[in-house]
Amino acid sequence: MGVPFHWRRRKERYRLIGSRCEVCGKVFFPRREVCPNCRRRGRIVDVELSGRGKVYSYTVIRVPSEGFEYYAPYIVAIVELEDGVRIMSQIVDCNPEDVYIGMPVEVCFRRIISQGDKGIISYGFKFRPLDETWVKYYEEEAKVRVSEAQV
Amino acid sequence: MEFPLYKKRDVAIIGIGSSKFGERWDKSLRELAWEAAVPAVEDAGIQGRDIQLVIFGNMSGGLFVGQEHVGALIADFLGLNPTPAIRVEAACASGGVALFQGYLAVASGLYDVVAVGGIEKMTDVPSDRATLALTGAMDSEWEAYFGATFPGLYALIAQRYMYEYKLSRETLAEVAVKNHYHGSMNPLAHFQFKTSVERVISSPLVADPLRRDDCCPISDGASCMILVPADKARKYTDTPVYIKACTVASDKLALFEREDIVTLKATVEASRNAYRIAKLSPTDIDVVEAHDCFTIAEIIALEDLGFVRKGEAGRLYEEGETYVGGKLPVNTDGGLKAGGHAVGATGIKQVVELVKQLRGEAERGRQVSNAEYGLAQNVGGSGATVVVTIVGR
Repeated sequence: MGVPFHWRRRKERYRLIGSRCEVCGKVFFPRREVCPNCRRRGRIVDVELSGRGKVYSYTVIRVPSEGFEYYAPYIVAIVELEDGVRIMSQIVDCNPEDVYIGMPVEVCFRRIISQGDKGIISYGFKFRPLDETWVKYYEEEAKVRVSEAQV
Repeated sequence: MEFPLYKKRDVAIIGIGSSKFGERWDKSLRELAWEAAVPAVEDAGIQGRDIQLVIFGNMSGGLFVGQEHVGALIADFLGLNPTPAIRVEAACASGGVALFQGYLAVASGLYDVVAVGGIEKMTDVPSDRATLALTGAMDSEWEAYFGATFPGLYALIAQRYMYEYKLSRETLAEVAVKNHYHGSMNPLAHFQFKTSVERVISSPLVADPLRRDDCCPISDGASCMILVPADKARKYTDTPVYIKACTVASDKLALFEREDIVTLKATVEASRNAYRIAKLSPTDIDVVEAHDCFTIAEIIALEDLGFVRKGEAGRLYEEGETYVGGKLPVNTDGGLKAGGHAVGATGIKQVVELVKQLRGEAERGRQVSNAEYGLAQNVGGSGATVVVTIVGR
């Protein structure tokens, strides 16, 4: 694929920008032009996703498709983000035998694929296990946010 | 939506034909079309020039053999010019939507004799190229881009299903064992040998938890059928089989965007509409062709088609009820797993098998006794297109 194929997706792939419908409140990733629930009555705006979530389902790809041989075996997962939206990505910095459904993960920025000697090296998000200390930190932070909201 | 929106005529199948499925190094795309179409025309007792419209399903002639414009090629090679000929595409449901289009053409009253078929020539490219071609059926920007493969998508479904419903690895393997058993009696099947649970669960991992023997093969093959209006069917044959319903439903292309990944909503939607149009219920169905591209797909299909409740299909396999002779015989030709999965051909191949079963023409050992109604479920991609067809005597 050429440069524009990657360039036009830079917001989603580099900053995890999704869409939110201001009418029904539903969050979408990837971005959508129209809300499937509200259709033309909906109002779609950009929203930056939290980048933290839990593994909803996972697999370890042992037989990769062309271009991914370098990474095999690698983990592909559906991650459920805190924003209530699911996203497909690779899980990195994790042994294939250590991943499990419900595992807390956070987004990181990685190389996705390099296309031969002369092609584009494309980058984007992958997810990595969230350290326990960070889990606690984020939980505390969420509590503070809730109490502040109540004040 | 209310069905039928408008139906002018009922439709009958009067002729069927299938090529041998498998690694057909001896045949090219066009020759496979011939191998399926000629028996269909002979079986219908018509002449090629009686055919008024040709519709073939083909997923990716372009990526598999470098050939697009497949509709015209088939009409040309079958000697049918200038008959109109169209190729339709819906990934692995290409055959199913070809049947749907042919059904519309006859039911609407526009055409009287229509040939519908499906075809794929997959083994002219190395298997990693074929894998890449098949990833075109998923979301190329948000699934394939991150390294997902087709077995990978169904593995995500399997992992979640096993987590939610405690399905055992052995029960999952029973799907493949049963389909190989049926395939061993089908002379057109890709694999005509039996297998065992031990063999399936010790085959190499492809995408955890799915192993090689959970996956259907990459096959070459073609199937074809002749459709006519129901009220004219008896003119051609004593054993017409009627299309009671043929429905299509769509869903989000990307698996991860769906609310629930252990059910294919398009299967639920298409089958409910099909039962309503046919005025039948799941208990009326005597034989099923389910789209078992991977073992897990057949398990969730039986639930989504309404034969059992969600999470309970495993029991049917533990009790052997999906074999010929059981309560619910599924994939009596070996399915995609043993019968072969030439992606564009599958939707037609399934209905060809149902017609054989309803006529009582299946080989000894895999004939369901006295089958009156059959149902086929043909899935495109990870469930973004589903075609459900109910046929009856």
